[in-house]
Amino acid sequence: MDSFARHERPADAQAAVIRPRAGRLDALGLSVRLSWRQLRADRARLATAVAGVMFACVLVFMQLGFKGALFDSATNLLNSMRSDLFLMHPMTEASFRPEHIPRARAFQALADADVARAVPIYMAQASMRNPETGKRRMVQVIGLDVTANAVQFEGLAPLAPALTRPDTFAFDRRSRPEFGPVDEMFQRHGPFQVQLGTKMLELVGLVDIGPSFGADGNAVMNELNFRRIFSRQASQTDLVALRLRPGADIPTVQQRLRTLLPDDVLVLTHQELVAAERAYWENGTPIGFIFVFGSIMGLVVGMVIVYQILFADVAGHLSEYATLKAMGYSNAYLSGVVLGAAVILAVVGFIPGLVTSLLLYDVVAKGTFLPLHMPLDRALGVFSLIFGMCFVAGLLAMRKLRDANPADMF
Amino acid sequence: MDQPLELSNITFSYGDGELRRAVLKDVSLSVAPGEIVILTGPSGSGKTTLLTLIGALRGMQEGSCLVLGQEMRGASEAARVALRRRIGFIFQNHNLLGFLSARQNVAMSLELHGGMNDADRLKRAGEMLAAVGLAEHADKRPAQLSGGQRQRVAVARALVAEPGLVLADEPTAALDRASGQEVVRLLSDLARRRGTPILLVTHDPRILDIADRIVAMEDGRIIDTSAASSPASH
Repeated sequence: MDSFARHERPADAQAAVIRPRAGRLDALGLSVRLSWRQLRADRARLATAVAGVMFACVLVFMQLGFKGALFDSATNLLNSMRSDLFLMHPMTEASFRPEHIPRARAFQALADADVARAVPIYMAQASMRNPETGKRRMVQVIGLDVTANAVQFEGLAPLAPALTRPDTFAFDRRSRPEFGPVDEMFQRHGPFQVQLGTKMLELVGLVDIGPSFGADGNAVMNELNFRRIFSRQASQTDLVALRLRPGADIPTVQQRLRTLLPDDVLVLTHQELVAAERAYWENGTPIGFIFVFGSIMGLVVGMVIVYQILFADVAGHLSEYATLKAMGYSNAYLSGVVLGAAVILAVVGFIPGLVTSLLLYDVVAKGTFLPLHMPLDRALGVFSLIFGMCFVAGLLAMRKLRDANPADMF
Repeated sequence: MDQPLELSNITFSYGDGELRRAVLKDVSLSVAPGEIVILTGPSGSGKTTLLTLIGALRGMQEGSCLVLGQEMRGASEAARVALRRRIGFIFQNHNLLGFLSARQNVAMSLELHGGMNDADRLKRAGEMLAAVGLAEHADKRPAQLSGGQRQRVAVARALVAEPGLVLADEPTAALDRASGQEVVRLLSDLARRRGTPILLVTHDPRILDIADRIVAMEDGRIIDTSAASSPASH
């Protein structure tokens, strides 16, 4: 008897807890259904609201897409310089405007037993003439020992023998089309002469790098050719790529080099090098802010549209809402109806917004050669922004419910 | 059995200070189970204010107002909302939700009460609509119905949840004579069959005959209570 009673009590208590919660869930479902029925009733208004959310969605996606693409493209060059560690001057802000570092640092780094190769990289900008139209554009020129195999640009290795000849270079096939149909011409005729800076050089092959903020295209040549064309002293280099022995631990070697080398060079991993370049464009220029500002504007406009629609729905049905209150519907329930409508608009507007953005990404990527793509975290992030935008609009529109006073109904 | 409605010494004023104006002065009234009471009087006599106090739509000031056993004086907002669910309201305008069918509108009354699923609610709503003679119009939107039909939907909505009390404010005001008569007749028949008391405010002399008792108000006081000349017994 005693044990029976003991068994009984918690079950009762549990039932008492569960029942109102189930009721509340039920009420939530019913209020959202009511919001949907109300939204659905006026197709034109629903279309306007969905278009508003979609607009905000597309705007934010495009802004974030451009921002991501520009920062990605800004780091295209450094990203494709695959090596284990890099030496860079601490005052270098961006790769297109490097501070020189003494070439001697490369040889000093070789003092570490785990450093297998140290390859100085020279960088400069020069104009290149379009072989078809003769117009000139700035190109980023990278000079390095192409036979050392320390930096592996895609397509570079097989060109190494040809690039060691005097006055030759390899062109980046992903450069902007303003440089002319270089790829096509090369495929058809093989090597040809192109003016780079003030010299005629032989284009002997193509590599894959991609344009970046600093330059519309890239040209890679052997270190010797570079120094002759730009009359640079060999002792002043811009970047040093270090290859480690297989099995060496990169962070440990990085730490050792930091103590070994003087303060005029930073020792960076590939990832850190790319991050530093990206940070310059994000923080050192107003570009990041411009896109964030554009996104915020999109959200504000979207919120105003959604607010207007929800507000009009409440204001146009004040007596109906007051009647529902008189019937015993609580304020919280009716607030749920308004918020439910906001949340439905967020979801219903986001989906076509996402689809449209994906289509636009594709079109824009083809038109501008910017690497536009839709990472999952961006899609989720924009969804939360749109959700938040609609939620705030709903909260604002909810205040109008106070005007629905059932005491005024008689 | 307790009276469904018991008012004693209710005094109510609007405004503050010098603008304070009493609209109800020491009003006492009770309604018996199943009784149909009509409240009449010129506009400004306070009958609408009285109805809002009984309907728990407004907070009390002085006096006692027992509605379905619940004291309204000092009642919390939550208690008032809960009480409203046990009262059927009929307004001058039907105030049906335009985006719902007649059946869905009536079912809205049932959604407040747990223990029914959607199919049950719609079935009950359909039966109620049949009882007000709108069986074949159950799936129409309010815009597709005539004024009298809409008010009949409102009657169905007020009665479907089996309220303990029905409060009606000028239910015929927006209707022509014939449909007004029909709506009130339906209301009183259905209420009588279920034993639901009705408190109905009206100016309309044509519908006084449905009442068991007619209470006349003037200037915030009850001035006359009389048994109706011909209580509807048919």
